[in-house]
Amino acid sequence: MTFGRLAHRSNVLWIAALVHRLSGIALAIFLPLHFLTLGLAIDGEARLERFLRWSDAPLVKLAEGGLVFLLLVHMLGGVRLLVLENLDWRDEQKELATIAAALSAVAAFIFLARVL
Amino acid sequence: MNVRLYVLQRATAALMAPLVLVHVAVIFYATRQGLTAADILSRTRGSVLWASVYGLFVVAVAIHGSIGVRNILAEWSPMSERHAGIFAIILGCCLLALGLRAVAAVTLP
Amino acid sequence: MTEKIAVSLWRGRAQDRYQLYEVQLRENQTVLDVVTFVQRHLDATLAYRFACRVGMCGSCAMTVNGRPRWTCRTHVAKVIDRGRLKIGPLENLPVIKDLATDMAPFFEKWQQAKGAFAPSRTRSDPIERIPPGGAARMAADAAIECINCGICYAACDTVRWNADYLGPAALNRAWSLVNDQRDAGNPARLAAVAASGGCHACHSHQSCQEHCPQALNPTASIAGLKRRTTLAYLRGELKA
Repeated sequence: MTFGRLAHRSNVLWIAALVHRLSGIALAIFLPLHFLTLGLAIDGEARLERFLRWSDAPLVKLAEGGLVFLLLVHMLGGVRLLVLENLDWRDEQKELATIAAALSAVAAFIFLARVL
Repeated sequence: MNVRLYVLQRATAALMAPLVLVHVAVIFYATRQGLTAADILSRTRGSVLWASVYGLFVVAVAIHGSIGVRNILAEWSPMSERHAGIFAIILGCCLLALGLRAVAAVTLP
Repeated sequence: MTEKIAVSLWRGRAQDRYQLYEVQLRENQTVLDVVTFVQRHLDATLAYRFACRVGMCGSCAMTVNGRPRWTCRTHVAKVIDRGRLKIGPLENLPVIKDLATDMAPFFEKWQQAKGAFAPSRTRSDPIERIPPGGAARMAADAAIECINCGICYAACDTVRWNADYLGPAALNRAWSLVNDQRDAGNPARLAAVAASGGCHACHSHQSCQEHCPQALNPTASIAGLKRRTTLAYLRGELKA
């Protein structure tokens, strides 16, 4: 992977594509860990319970807020692409990408406000 | 990326968009300080609805995520498309196995 | 006016260096004027390409302060960065020498995407009537003004990352032909753009649309190709 020194990478849509890709990578790494955690319930409640108590820590809750952001920004950015690819072209792509990021951030903040 | 992989990835994406909203709603409803395993499992154990929705979610994400990772490896790593494809299939199988195991863990009575 | 521009020009084939020249800053000066001045008065060994010098042919495209541009239509005043200009060859293409790139891969991909018109009638047949206001003709017209300058290809990161990717220009031309009702080549063309490296590799960065001097939108054309190939695939019409 090379990036060269091209100035257009300050373009909102390029950044949106990068955020989409990086959030996807992060979620793909997180997912097996998430599945393994839930799988703790196979042996009964106690192990899952211990994990949940550990996850009450503020730092963990902060990380969970980050995950909520990543999940939403990936999904909303992806929906923007589905619309772009399947419906008539609309010019306001930069605006839509920005709205997707803003909504995701707001949702993550609300999540953190509730759990912290 | 060819038309077949594209259709699979976009179809699973479209399927998952509402599932993600459901999942985020569940997260918002369920999470609070002091949430216990019993709180979660009392709702999910023996539930056909939970098993179906999240079982579907797992199948979709295993396909969607592995195709995404395939593209990233083919573009950003020295791997060839063929090797990236093999890695992706392995990843997809792992996600499917772990995911269905997790669904079983919380929904089987 | 005794103000000077510090001009860095790429001298080399693949990985070489920028060489610094000093050129007088003038009113109404284009980047092509600057490069031409260097070659005529400062360094006759400099290789660069131009033809019409009035924004019609696309031959003079180069990377100017990080962005691919037509140098004949880029005023120095608009792009100069603290008295400096950095000029290199177009990205994503092999360099022949200095500022001149080998456009062969660009045109090979054009052919691969079946970017050539395939006639459906002979000279003995009546001329086909095409209403200019029809949806297909309007879609073709929106994409038709491409002069193959290579700027979109140079700006595209997917081209940079994926050696098989046909690129925005080739796919944009394929889209204009897909919408041309006189054209008979669509089965092969749709198969070509549905294969690996075709339209589905596009990530919709829109760098192509951002930089196209003709204000074309290859991202939109490629989205159209995605729709058409998906439909053909689901109907079993694609020649795999």
